Amino acid sequence: MEGSTPRSQKVITDQMVENITKVEELAYELRVREVMTKETKALSPDMTMRDVVEMFRVERISGAPVVDGKKICGVVSMEDIIRCLLANDIDAPASKYMTKNPITVKLNEPVVEALKYFVNAKVGRLIVVSQDNELEGIITKGDITRGYLRALQRQNEEEELRRYRAKHLFEDIESDRTSLILRYNIIAGDFRHGGAASSNIKRALLRLGASPQIARRAGIAVYEAEMNLVIHTTHGGIIRVEIEPHRMSIRIFDDGPGIEDVQKALTPGFSTATEQIRELGFGAGMGLPNIQRCVDEMILESSPGNGTRLKLKINLDKDTTTDEKLSPIKENAKNESANTN
Amino acid sequence: MNLQTLIDELHLKVLTTPKDFSSIQPSSGYTSDLLSCVMTGAEAKGVWVTLQAHMNIVAVAALLDISAIIITEGAQPDEETIAKANEEEITLLWTDQPSYPVVGKLWEMGLK
Repeated sequence: MEGSTPRSQKVITDQMVENITKVEELAYELRVREVMTKETKALSPDMTMRDVVEMFRVERISGAPVVDGKKICGVVSMEDIIRCLLANDIDAPASKYMTKNPITVKLNEPVVEALKYFVNAKVGRLIVVSQDNELEGIITKGDITRGYLRALQRQNEEEELRRYRAKHLFEDIESDRTSLILRYNIIAGDFRHGGAASSNIKRALLRLGASPQIARRAGIAVYEAEMNLVIHTTHGGIIRVEIEPHRMSIRIFDDGPGIEDVQKALTPGFSTATEQIRELGFGAGMGLPNIQRCVDEMILESSPGNGTRLKLKINLDKDTTTDEKLSPIKENAKNESANTN
Repeated sequence: MNLQTLIDELHLKVLTTPKDFSSIQPSSGYTSDLLSCVMTGAEAKGVWVTLQAHMNIVAVAALLDISAIIITEGAQPDEETIAKANEEEITLLWTDQPSYPVVGKLWEMGLK
């Protein structure tokens, strides 16, 4: 009725299939029962069309299912009422003008099933039935739109609530000194999961209300340290992050092999990475310099055979991010990377 | 310039779940295959051109809030990498062109 183009005749191209949006994904997640209108007014087959019209007027609806006992036998829509009026047959029973065998969808079907009917058949509403084919309600395009909006709203609220709770964590718990400790075990050679700990730490900081700039700096610093554990250590290592309201302390430690010359390791462009590792895009010799640039304090302790301890501090109460901090070695990086290749 | 015009002009293949690319306006571009250099040089909301196609490019892009990665030289990321990119909402674009002409075209289109 509403859609003027017969969508069913349109050829669906690969391009269209590829253009699936988040909203369309929701059509597969949401169930009919979550969006439908319950407590639908039902008509009986022997009710006169005059009473049907009166009921539509009072209830401000434009269609309703016809139920005989428990069995659904049809649906009366505006179109049926117009046919009845044109025939001047207003006192006829609903069973004479109703559309028989109406399209039904089951309670637990995904909303996309209902959408398919709306696209392919020219109907304004579908009857929702239980597993035993008993009337449960109706579903219209409007119901689906409202259901979408509610679901999107809910997803937003969930993330906001998470952020709110995390932000108030430090205020809600009283102690002389409260801190939150996060630990991550990093496995040597595990390139697939490399970067997982740093993204989790960045997300945690954002939820705790840190500025995006600070979260970005922390993310970069931890990422470089995390990849160092993956690339260079014998047995992997541990990242321990302690978050307090005013600052975060990060410790990264491993049990070997240790750094031969700490000063050299801090020089931009110096790298001991193998050719294989460089092929993956690591080993630019920018790891430790990158960390240094992103944090407010850095202590590196290491000697061959003793493993490496890296201690970092980032202020959270004042944003010390400066242009310098974000891109001091940009020029250097370009020169040095030319050297490493 | 938005991401959609960029995809059309460079005939890029979209590897991740498509979204409304016309609403995404990349503000800068960066190219390097060395991840630490990217960490240093790439800006948030920018486009990154690289021939690397392994899982770690997604981690780097997510940490830097990069809008899209253009993978060049026909390098093929695996399913897991694409899934991870979807999860992190990073767009992966693909071309069999080398990085140089891709960057040249981006520059020509005004991404400077």
